[in-house]
Amino acid sequence: MAEPAVSNAAATAEQAEERLYLASQWQLMWRRLGRHRVALAGGAVLLLFYLTMCLGAEFFATYARDTRFKEFSFAPPSRVRVIDADGRLRLPFVYGLEPGRDPVSFRKVYTEDVTVRYPLRLFTRGERYELWGLIPADRHLIGVAEPGLLLLFGSDELGRDLFSRTLYGGRISLSIGLVGVAVSFVLGCILGGVSGFYGGAIDNTIQRVIEFLLSIPTIPLWMALAAAVPVDWPPLRVYFGITIILSIIGWTALARVVRGKLISTREEDFVVAAQIAGSTERKIIVRHLLPSFLSYLIVDLTLSIPRMILGETALSFLGLGLRPPVVSWGVLLNQAQNVKAVALHPWMMIPAIFVIVSVLAFNLLGDGLRDAADPYASH
Amino acid sequence: MLYYLLRRSLYMLLLLVVLSMAGFAIIQLPPGDYLNSYIQALAMRGAAPDEAELAALKRQYGLDLPLHRQYLKWAGRALAGDFGRSMDWRKPVSELIADRMLLTVIMNAAAMVFIYVVAVPIGIYAATHQYSVGDHALTVVSLTGLATPQFLLALVLMVFMVRQFGASVGGLFSPEYVDAAWSVGRVIDLMAHLPVPVIIIGLSGTAALIRVMRSGVLDELKKQYVVTARAKGAAERALLFKYPVRVAINPIISTVGWMLPATISGGTITAVVLSLPTVGPMLLRALRNQDMFLGGTIVMLLGFLTVIGTFVSDMLLMWIDPRIRYERST
Repeated sequence: MAEPAVSNAAATAEQAEERLYLASQWQLMWRRLGRHRVALAGGAVLLLFYLTMCLGAEFFATYARDTRFKEFSFAPPSRVRVIDADGRLRLPFVYGLEPGRDPVSFRKVYTEDVTVRYPLRLFTRGERYELWGLIPADRHLIGVAEPGLLLLFGSDELGRDLFSRTLYGGRISLSIGLVGVAVSFVLGCILGGVSGFYGGAIDNTIQRVIEFLLSIPTIPLWMALAAAVPVDWPPLRVYFGITIILSIIGWTALARVVRGKLISTREEDFVVAAQIAGSTERKIIVRHLLPSFLSYLIVDLTLSIPRMILGETALSFLGLGLRPPVVSWGVLLNQAQNVKAVALHPWMMIPAIFVIVSVLAFNLLGDGLRDAADPYASH
Repeated sequence: MLYYLLRRSLYMLLLLVVLSMAGFAIIQLPPGDYLNSYIQALAMRGAAPDEAELAALKRQYGLDLPLHRQYLKWAGRALAGDFGRSMDWRKPVSELIADRMLLTVIMNAAAMVFIYVVAVPIGIYAATHQYSVGDHALTVVSLTGLATPQFLLALVLMVFMVRQFGASVGGLFSPEYVDAAWSVGRVIDLMAHLPVPVIIIGLSGTAALIRVMRSGVLDELKKQYVVTARAKGAAERALLFKYPVRVAINPIISTVGWMLPATISGGTITAVVLSLPTVGPMLLRALRNQDMFLGGTIVMLLGFLTVIGTFVSDMLLMWIDPRIRYERST
């Protein structure tokens, strides 16, 4: 009776082994990445960020980007409660907020009005918006009925909801990383490819240019270039201008990887074999060389996105990058430059947490990808 | 070896020349020339430009010459230490930045020393205690340190200080020494103020370097000569420091090439947040006001700093690592 079970198990083990041998490079990569818990966590965080910010900020934000609650400047984050003043357990709710002034310091203070409760509602109706500029809608993931206020991260000086602004800011900050990396990718592949493929004087020139660019401290250079962006440019143009400025340094690392990999794989046996078999140069590059180091390129791209995000944040923080009314994490942090104001309203620093978490997530994911992409690593 | 030294020096000189061109390009970057901006700046203050002064300025800066002649003229003056005038401060640029440049060099040098002194032992510890609690904790800390831009760290620290002590801690000097001439007391005062900015600036570099050092030592520890030495009964500590650490330290020195630009880069913006009397805040102000002689000169000099620093580290590496010494001299 036991015999068939044993042979069954052996058969499945054999099948599994066979699948491993037959698996393509991508399947192997995916499998190894699947075992890398930390990298997966990083990827999940990024997926969440891009989904809630780049794609659906309008829906996930509680208010519109520029909605002002004039009475509520520097209001602290709303306290979402489940136990009311009488000690009874309830569904999550917030109390009404009463603005007032401290009689001594004339500072704005807020007191909770425990007589009115505003329960949190899911998929509530709120401000109208057009999703992706196409679909008119007025549903928001979470909100409270008017005149209640739900300020999850508090409000800024002009009484704008910081939570919503952080989401809208993420849309710009996160997408600038992607766009910048796309520009760097094209530049890096072309220049690195030319450099590695032709060699000689062209290679030498490009390598010297890269060394030169890498020897300049990036932030001062970016600052100088960003300062030259005309003040009267429309926001979209500034956005692309800043992206290109960030890519000026970004492509160098990628070009080096492409060149190095091209040179090292050019001499490999399988390339020689393909040449002898009569493959065209183009076919060798596209079918054999490119797939052999594409995984490395992806790793490098993943690791260079956070540099772009940090660059944008730094420039906007200094007031040289993106400018209001455009909102990015850097622009939000620009308001936090006044240290005394931040000390009184520490929630102004919340966007910084998002910067750090997203950069960390990209680094973790990139590390995991690097391990997964290395065909020589032991299983 | 002499040949290598010579070639390396020539290469550095070339880089410096290209950097100066970049500096000049930055000065030329905003629309209009120095004169236009000067007239505008005057008009904003409500003063009318003096015709004779304008003509003199035009001659002085060679604004009617073609661009390459302008560059040569500017470069010639720069060699003599004259970087033009700041129209924002209405002072010669060299006079404005001399003191700040010195402090920038001191601060960055201190940050680099901090990075290496802290990261190397920690990296060795993490490698020899791989997968221990300490190693994991260090990994988390250094990854977070890498993800946190220095200026945010500086900002958090400032906010913390204000909340705790009600006063901001910025600057590199106590109030009584800010404008004082250099003296022993001022140097001691500087020493007392340096650690906070140096730690903030050095932290992310330290985080990066710990990881490099850790993986370097780990790679070496796996090699057969280590196993052989152990089999022959070499003491673990002596073995570790005599071979794997020595081998792993060479790539560490060559990281100066990118560590130094990164440190100077981060230091510039951190200095803005902490309002340090280095060139950082001055650069920001210059760029905001389109004060381009000042801005371009600062960017150029920061570039010089990294190129010269990298050159020194290359020399150091050659001195330490015989393989490079022989390989490159042939």
